[in-house]
Amino acid sequence: MSVAGNRSRALPRAGRALPWALVTPALGWTLAFFVLPFIAMGLSSLTAHEGGGFTLANYSQFFTDPSYWRAMVNSLEVTAIVTVISILLAYPFAWILAEQVPERWQRLALMLAVLPFWTSYVVRSYSWLLVLAQNGVINRTLIGLGLIAEPLQLANTRFATVTGFVHFFVMLLTLTIFANLKQLSPSYRKAAADLGAGPVRTFLHVVLPLTLPGIMVGAFLTFVLCIGDYITPQILGGNNELVMPQLVMMQIGRRGDFPLASALSIILMAVVTVAYLACARWLKIERA
Amino acid sequence: MRAIVRTAAWLYAIAIYGFIFLPVIVLVLFSLQATSFPIPPFTGPSLRWYQAVLSDTRLTSALVNSLLVAILSSAASVTLGFLSAWGFARFTLPGSALLRGLITLPLTVSYLIIGMGLLVLFNWAGVPKSLLAAGIGHVVINLPLCFAVIYSQMGDHQINIERAARDLGAPEWKLLLLITVPVMAPAIFAGFFLSMTFSWDEFVISFLLTRFDTTLPVEIWNLLRSGLNPKTNAVGSLVFAVSIVLVVFFELTLLRRKPA
Repeated sequence: MSVAGNRSRALPRAGRALPWALVTPALGWTLAFFVLPFIAMGLSSLTAHEGGGFTLANYSQFFTDPSYWRAMVNSLEVTAIVTVISILLAYPFAWILAEQVPERWQRLALMLAVLPFWTSYVVRSYSWLLVLAQNGVINRTLIGLGLIAEPLQLANTRFATVTGFVHFFVMLLTLTIFANLKQLSPSYRKAAADLGAGPVRTFLHVVLPLTLPGIMVGAFLTFVLCIGDYITPQILGGNNELVMPQLVMMQIGRRGDFPLASALSIILMAVVTVAYLACARWLKIERA
Repeated sequence: MRAIVRTAAWLYAIAIYGFIFLPVIVLVLFSLQATSFPIPPFTGPSLRWYQAVLSDTRLTSALVNSLLVAILSSAASVTLGFLSAWGFARFTLPGSALLRGLITLPLTVSYLIIGMGLLVLFNWAGVPKSLLAAGIGHVVINLPLCFAVIYSQMGDHQINIERAARDLGAPEWKLLLLITVPVMAPAIFAGFFLSMTFSWDEFVISFLLTRFDTTLPVEIWNLLRSGLNPKTNAVGSLVFAVSIVLVVFFELTLLRRKPA
């Protein structure tokens, strides 16, 4: 295979077998194990669980059964609460790491701040159960201090789910917001100071607007990961209040109802897509 | 005023660090519990639960399975990702942007839905649940990642080195092995490492696609059914230790090259 004649071109011209031989395995894999399963899921969602045959019943079930609706509302509520709390907690923290911690300690401080990120996801949720359980660390401590007489119901609640999620996303958002703050050129702040702005005004009118696109990207990431997660709500929230992924898993586990599970998965994906389209405007700013 | 801000900042940072580390400290501390419940008061230190973990063949074989799936699926992801990144970066292909979009598309879909799709497909095709099926799923989630990492690092600098080698008469395969792979080694290694950590920790796809032989996160999940148990603390602490070693290794070998 002689390619010597191509040296004048920036990129060798396509049309040979080689470039396609390079990209086909990856494309084939994506088609076979991502696109095809998705089509299978779409078809499955349109068949009846008993006896097959075309039906829209799986979708209409979602829209007519209030308990299914409830799961979607729970998912959206939990995700919204988690996203807002995580950003509010992570932003000042990232700001402190970027502005108050001396330069040479920043790397270490940041590494420490995201260290528990590297525990296994399942184990991390279990660890919160140790903290929040009926006779867990918090209840034992509060009773020991005489602040409460009876243990508080902390585990198996929405509070527990939110706590577990916030723990994870505070770490994630601290990373992204920190990177954002460090990318800001110091000359912006100097310019603002030269023009007479105090630290508060500089922050509100210069730093915050400039980091907003980064926050939006972080918020979107939080939304997508949070709404699709099964582990944290299942371990910490329990079965008192179901979210969508739990509902999907229940269909598979309890009754082997693949069609209904497929329909619910597709509805969940549609919601994420709508959210993406709604955020697309801000997400694009980041790339520019 | 300055001093107040500084003090408030320190207090806030300490509070957040406390929140971040609280569950990890509780996990590790009570893995050393001498009695049967990982709840206060602390009765250790004792290594009995670590012994229990290491003598539990289900957990140890799940650990081996996890490593095997992680290494093999990451190797497959990084190979497919590298070849396609090279193809797209070096040659002008028709519909390139669209095809690149297709390869990175799985990044936007949650693991649960990827796992569900594969479950439905394999169920129809009569493919039994197995570690191989889970491994296939792991390549689906990690291939786009490897592709994106490697593709973003293929700049003009590398093209020039490759062109020089071509001018000197190197055949395409030699170019690949002796120039491109060594030059791209940091990106390839980063892709492999990221895939390893994601596969090592992945739960829902393995949960849906394996049955008897399974991976460590699924086996830990099965342990959770017995409620709070110091054995779960011990295995969790071990997994944490392995991850920390990997991360520190990665930090020291790869990231140190760039000036901090």
